[in-house]
Amino acid sequence: MKKHKSDALARLKNWLEYGDDPLEVEMEEALGEEEAPPIPAEEDAPEWEEREDRKALAPKKEKHPLYDKVYRIAAEVISLMLIAVLLYAAVHMPNFGGADTLVNSEVSAFYVENTLEETGAVNIITGIILDYRGFDTLGESHVLFIGICTVLLLMSIKGEKDEEQRIFEDAYDRHFEPRHDEILQTATRILTPLIVVFGIYIIVNGHLSPGGGFSGGAVLGAGLILYQNAFGYLKVERIFTFRTFKWVSACSLLFYSLAKGYHFFTGANHLESGIHPGVAGNIFSAGLLLPLNAVVGLVVACTMYALYTMFRRGDF
Amino acid sequence: MQLWQNLPLVMIVLPLMCAVLCSVLRKGAARGLMTGLSLFSGLSMGTLLYLVAQRGESYIYVMGEIGAPFGNELRIGITECLIGLLFCLVLICSILGGWRRLSQEVAENRMHLYGSMVCLLISAMMAITFTNDLFTAYVFIEITTIAACALICSTNKGRTLFAATRYMIMNLLGSGLFLLGLSILYCLTGHLLFPQIEESVTALLADGRYAIPLALACVLMTMGIACKSALYPFHTWLPNAYASATPTSSALLSSMISKMYIFLLIKIFFRAAGSLVFARGIGDILFVFSIVGIILGSVDAIREHHFSRMIAYSSVSQIGYIFLGISLGTEAGMAAALFHILAHSAAKSMLFLSANKLREVSGDSDAFRDIRGSGLRAPLAGVAFAIGASSLVGIPLLGGFTSKVFLSQAGIELGGWRMVTLLLALALSTALNVAYLLRTTMTLYRPGERYPLTRSPLVKDKPFTAAMLAMIAVNVALGIWGGQVMDLIYKGIAMFN
Repeated sequence: MKKHKSDALARLKNWLEYGDDPLEVEMEEALGEEEAPPIPAEEDAPEWEEREDRKALAPKKEKHPLYDKVYRIAAEVISLMLIAVLLYAAVHMPNFGGADTLVNSEVSAFYVENTLEETGAVNIITGIILDYRGFDTLGESHVLFIGICTVLLLMSIKGEKDEEQRIFEDAYDRHFEPRHDEILQTATRILTPLIVVFGIYIIVNGHLSPGGGFSGGAVLGAGLILYQNAFGYLKVERIFTFRTFKWVSACSLLFYSLAKGYHFFTGANHLESGIHPGVAGNIFSAGLLLPLNAVVGLVVACTMYALYTMFRRGDF
Repeated sequence: MQLWQNLPLVMIVLPLMCAVLCSVLRKGAARGLMTGLSLFSGLSMGTLLYLVAQRGESYIYVMGEIGAPFGNELRIGITECLIGLLFCLVLICSILGGWRRLSQEVAENRMHLYGSMVCLLISAMMAITFTNDLFTAYVFIEITTIAACALICSTNKGRTLFAATRYMIMNLLGSGLFLLGLSILYCLTGHLLFPQIEESVTALLADGRYAIPLALACVLMTMGIACKSALYPFHTWLPNAYASATPTSSALLSSMISKMYIFLLIKIFFRAAGSLVFARGIGDILFVFSIVGIILGSVDAIREHHFSRMIAYSSVSQIGYIFLGISLGTEAGMAAALFHILAHSAAKSMLFLSANKLREVSGDSDAFRDIRGSGLRAPLAGVAFAIGASSLVGIPLLGGFTSKVFLSQAGIELGGWRMVTLLLALALSTALNVAYLLRTTMTLYRPGERYPLTRSPLVKDKPFTAAMLAMIAVNVALGIWGGQVMDLIYKGIAMFN
């Protein structure tokens, strides 16, 4: 007991005299063990073989065989339990498509009855996503935008290399592009116009037949990617550069937000919006739906192509 | 409808447009736009709070021509505005407080994208705070998840990439679970708007039909949100993400992003599926998890060897407090949880920002021995850290104390085993908090040998000073006028139904 007290007193004295704190010393020791080897600076980034060496140099992770085993088994058991619970609940779910399920309630009935009349869209789905639930779709189209921004944030190499190196790498890239693949080029020459026309068709007819901005834009983007694969960047850059991408997406999204904002404003305040459904079945009908589909299509097409190039080169 | 009632629409759509603009602007302009937008959001949120409080009742804003149950709706009440106002304050202070680090750590060619992410985050925060619709909430959760991930990895160091990957995996799991729960709920009730969901859930419960899938839907949504806001067993992504990101990002992540998910959960529990959750004992399970989180989060923080990771771990324990309030299932519990969201957001963002300054004047070191005496090198940061730490520990006159009082009151009101457990856990966790937070505060003022004890030239940082003074004021105000804030929260809860 006495020893303990004197121990505490000694520690207090030590503390008052600004001596070493035992806990801090312990922490420092622990920190020292964890210290990772210094990561080389960006300019002398090691080649691949050297990186393997670095892996070997990296501190060995402590091995806990029992813990690892238990962890694995526990993870599997928990996953199996989750599967079992989900299956058990699925048995008790309402029958899919059953007449008495609540999904087939007033909401769906309302959509089926009123969409054509109120929005002018023959394709009810388009009417729902761009009009009744337009706010969700506004968010959804910005999900695409934020996706491409994140990829840019991670992978963009613009302005990080000096001009000489960039030109060299460009040349190097282009050297390995398939410039003389006869079969691919001939097929692309025939297919690309068809794909583009089909994409535009899906977008423009979004309010009349199955399709719309998201699916049509994906088709357009696929066409661009195919063309780029066959003919290389130089040819694509004649019509589509990073600047095009930037401004087309930005203007499309700005128009989308403005148009939807106007629509929400007039709707909530019960004002006359000046947008009329028009004659159902015409291409130029259904008010805002056609332009909205068009801008969504543009954004999707640009995003598809941009994602492809960013993952390939980190640049346009 | 009066003109001011359109403010929420502007507050959601304008940030979306600013985000798009930021992506095509130059670095400086994008940063200016981001700061201006956050100031605008704060101002308009304050105005909205004042006007709604004047009006005395909440209102529904229909997004489009047709409202419930067919279209999207926003719902604006006092609680939403109060929480939103605090988020805006945190946002402004985080941007200002981390301003210098932001320019140093985020590369020149990425700054405009960072601005764009912050703008999208503002929009998503507003939308999640105001929405009256489960699916809209999910869409903006998606935006938040990706934006938060980008905020973490914007500095592009090896460690942040690792942290961001981990964050992404856990958060996508959370989003997936939430979406699964949401789809089951939609399949059973046929509605997506809160009031309509509540109606059909009550009807289904009275019938006794589909009891199992309903409970599962609730469990899945709760688990999803718990993953995303780092309730104890799902917290593994948190320390690295918070500690390795740039200070603005970590303050935003800890004080705004995780809190807005929790606010959404509160809305779901108390406005959409409340009767369900507490009839089936899901609340009790949540109660156990949060108690475990409160204790073990603090224990982890005590065992931590890095300064900034220690602060990150203390978040785990504080998130436990919030879930504890929710799990009680009473009005008092919910009010206490809401108040703790306010108190913790104010304190934690201040801790992250001041800790960063303290590390900056100590050679960017994370070791406890190096930060010795840093409270003398950066006096304001030291004071701010001390106040934030005291608030989390629960020293009177600060926000944390008030919220602990309200939490214990809620527990005492309830009685039974939950009261005993809650009070014991609060007492134990306060002791543990003292052990690491006040100890660290003392370390800040102990002389060390490695760095001088005179004022460092690095403290001449006007935005930081302004941000810290504002945060200190908010923390003290939450402590002194806690009762009035609580009255406001109760008024907001009364509007919930």
